[in-house]
Amino acid sequence: MIAALRYGVRRVFDVAERGLDRLAGPALNPLAQLGALGFFLFWIVAVSGIYLFMLFDTGVENAYASVEWYSTRHAWHAGVMRSFHRYASDMMVVVMALHLLREFSRDRYRGARWFSWLTGVPVIWFLYMSGITGYWLVWDQLAQYVATTSTELLDWLPIFGEPIARNFLAPSSLSNRFFTLLVFLHIAVPLVLLFMLWIHIQRITRPKVNPPRTLAALMMLALFAVSVAKPALSQGPADLARVPSPVGLDWFYLPLYPLADAAPGALWGLLAAATVMLAAMPWLPPLRRMRPATVDLPHCNGCGRCVEDCPYDALQLVPRSDDLPYALEVAVDTDKCVSCGICTGSCPSSTPFRSVGPLVTGIDLPDLTFASQRERVHELAKVSDHKVSDQSPRLLVIGCQHGAAGTRTDDTLSLPCVAMAPPSLIDYALSRGFADGVVVAGCAESACYNRLGVEWMQQRIAGERDPYLRSRVPRERILSVWASPTEGARLDRELAAFKERLATMTESQSPAEAPAIREAAS
Amino acid sequence: MSMPVSVPRLAGLFVVLAAVMAFAAIFSDAPAYRQIPPGTGVIKFSFNHSADRAKECRRRTPEELAKLPPNMRRPVECPRGRRGIVAELTIDEKTVFSGEIPPSGFAKDGPSQIYRRFVVKVGSHTVTARLRDTPRTEGFDHERTEAVTVVPGQSLALDFRPEHGGFVWR
Ligand code: HEM
Ligand code: SF4
Ligand code: SF4
Repeated sequence: MIAALRYGVRRVFDVAERGLDRLAGPALNPLAQLGALGFFLFWIVAVSGIYLFMLFDTGVENAYASVEWYSTRHAWHAGVMRSFHRYASDMMVVVMALHLLREFSRDRYRGARWFSWLTGVPVIWFLYMSGITGYWLVWDQLAQYVATTSTELLDWLPIFGEPIARNFLAPSSLSNRFFTLLVFLHIAVPLVLLFMLWIHIQRITRPKVNPPRTLAALMMLALFAVSVAKPALSQGPADLARVPSPVGLDWFYLPLYPLADAAPGALWGLLAAATVMLAAMPWLPPLRRMRPATVDLPHCNGCGRCVEDCPYDALQLVPRSDDLPYALEVAVDTDKCVSCGICTGSCPSSTPFRSVGPLVTGIDLPDLTFASQRERVHELAKVSDHKVSDQSPRLLVIGCQHGAAGTRTDDTLSLPCVAMAPPSLIDYALSRGFADGVVVAGCAESACYNRLGVEWMQQRIAGERDPYLRSRVPRERILSVWASPTEGARLDRELAAFKERLATMTESQSPAEAPAIREAAS
Repeated sequence: MSMPVSVPRLAGLFVVLAAVMAFAAIFSDAPAYRQIPPGTGVIKFSFNHSADRAKECRRRTPEELAKLPPNMRRPVECPRGRRGIVAELTIDEKTVFSGEIPPSGFAKDGPSQIYRRFVVKVGSHTVTARLRDTPRTEGFDHERTEAVTVVPGQSLALDFRPEHGGFVWR
């Protein structure tokens, strides 16, 4: 059931993401960097908050007046800052919800990724507490509503001595001390939130915490436009002798407040159940994955390329433990490894051209070895050779199990990530005549299941990242298709077109013409 | 990695972002929510008051005193526990609350606390509050009846303040 839900959500994301890819390219696609946008919005909220705090009167008698004063008399700077503060906070909820759904739909929350997911759960709570305490400070009618309903809700829990809602019983019961406590909370809780966000990204390498500048600038511009068009305003001063009804609610932060009025117990039950359910998600059911990467020391010289490329911070260079004349060797943190195999693709020892002895590389997945990759290339070539009637070009498809090629198992070298295949394997397949063309079919560009695999593969083929695809390899015989599982039809179309192109290629472009054997390659 | 993106495309992306942002701005204070129906107000019934002790204070006998360490020889022994408070609230002859409110705290020595909210129609209402905080088993120690006129959206609070002579409207 959960799998079906994942797939459904994924379809929606795919449609939206491909649309935005077409509009602005994957690099600027906001849906491809929701986490980074979340951080960016946090900084906007923090800076605008500090600005407003300098103009804010923290006493309950003057709080409202000070907010009114800066949002009307100083609308052009403080007023804009107030709108930035509010709308960026609301956007954080939007971005967080999308980010959660997206990680869920791409199944990036189970297995070794449980950590990112689980640490995301308290982030939700702290974000909400940050927002709710913020609305309280304005001490307008919404603040009054938030204050009374929040305290009534808290009083439902048998933890406080005196019912704290009594602080808002009547105008005379209001205490400045209580209000000051809230001002303090509205600063402290966001700091805890930031700390939780920092923990949240601890187990991934190169977490994307900053959106590209162009996207950041457009976001600020959009925020500014909306702030000018619809400035954030107060809703009349609080008056404890009156019930603030009707009151305009912030439906991002307060959607459950009506339920709190009606049935506080039910709301607590709902929140507790949702939190437990969310926290348990990575194990519902647990991900069954291959064993983590293992190192073969005789083939590792401690070059550190795999450490550079691992997206999950699972590799580390450590002092040599054997007698080989190198300073370092690599060690795998098996708890963090997600078995993506990207490290195998980075290792200079991963060269299929070697013909003596068993094919072993420096770092490998025990359940899907590099040797088995090469065998599969041979096997697929044989299969296409046997199709005698078929004169069409033979393709080697290197397919990611999480992308559009995930379901093609019979004619594909199926890997947990296309970047698990070292570029020399492409060279090998073409120069040894095992295929007339190689297709690299990975995840959609903005949605790599293993975060960095697509990028690494693109850079390797472009000759920008170690290990390079050698320049002698005819690039016109390589096709990259970045497509998600819901885009199988596009993959089929591109494959067919590629075959046609290959069929028309002249002999001189044919790999058979390429110098036959290059034992010393790589 | 990033390729230059043309201005019309950037403008398109801006429109998308602005639309999402406008969505956020619109739902940041609308639609409005009504906590209570039009033509009503609220009466809150709340107090924080300690009833009499559950057991009477008792004068210790000289023998008992002698047994105690010298620094604890207080002549009167008062058990800390409090009784519950029996309270009742009627609005226009209808009893909207009636019950015993237990003392708070693990040792049952804290004040009895209540906080209830009642939505009432606009207009005048006769409100009677009664409370028993002494060992008596019947009747009440404090009672107040008052005709109040509720205007739309009004919030009235009925508190109990012995230092102000019992039930007070706030
Ligand atoms: C405003 C709040 C949040 C912010 C700013 C945020 C930020 C981030 C960032 C920057 C990353 C790294 C992305 C990358 O470089 O690949 C990330 C990853 C992740 N986040 Fe969040 N996050 C937030 C809330 C959440 C929540 C509520 C959840 C779910 C409960 C969650 C689940 C995840 C998961 C599972 C990953 C790991 C993805 C992977 O392993 O490929 N996040 N987050
Ligand atoms: S398989 Fe290799 S690259 Fe992938 S997470 Fe494990 S150690 Fe890192
Ligand atoms: S890339 Fe290969 S040789 Fe280099 S450190 Fe990693 S395992 Fe060792």
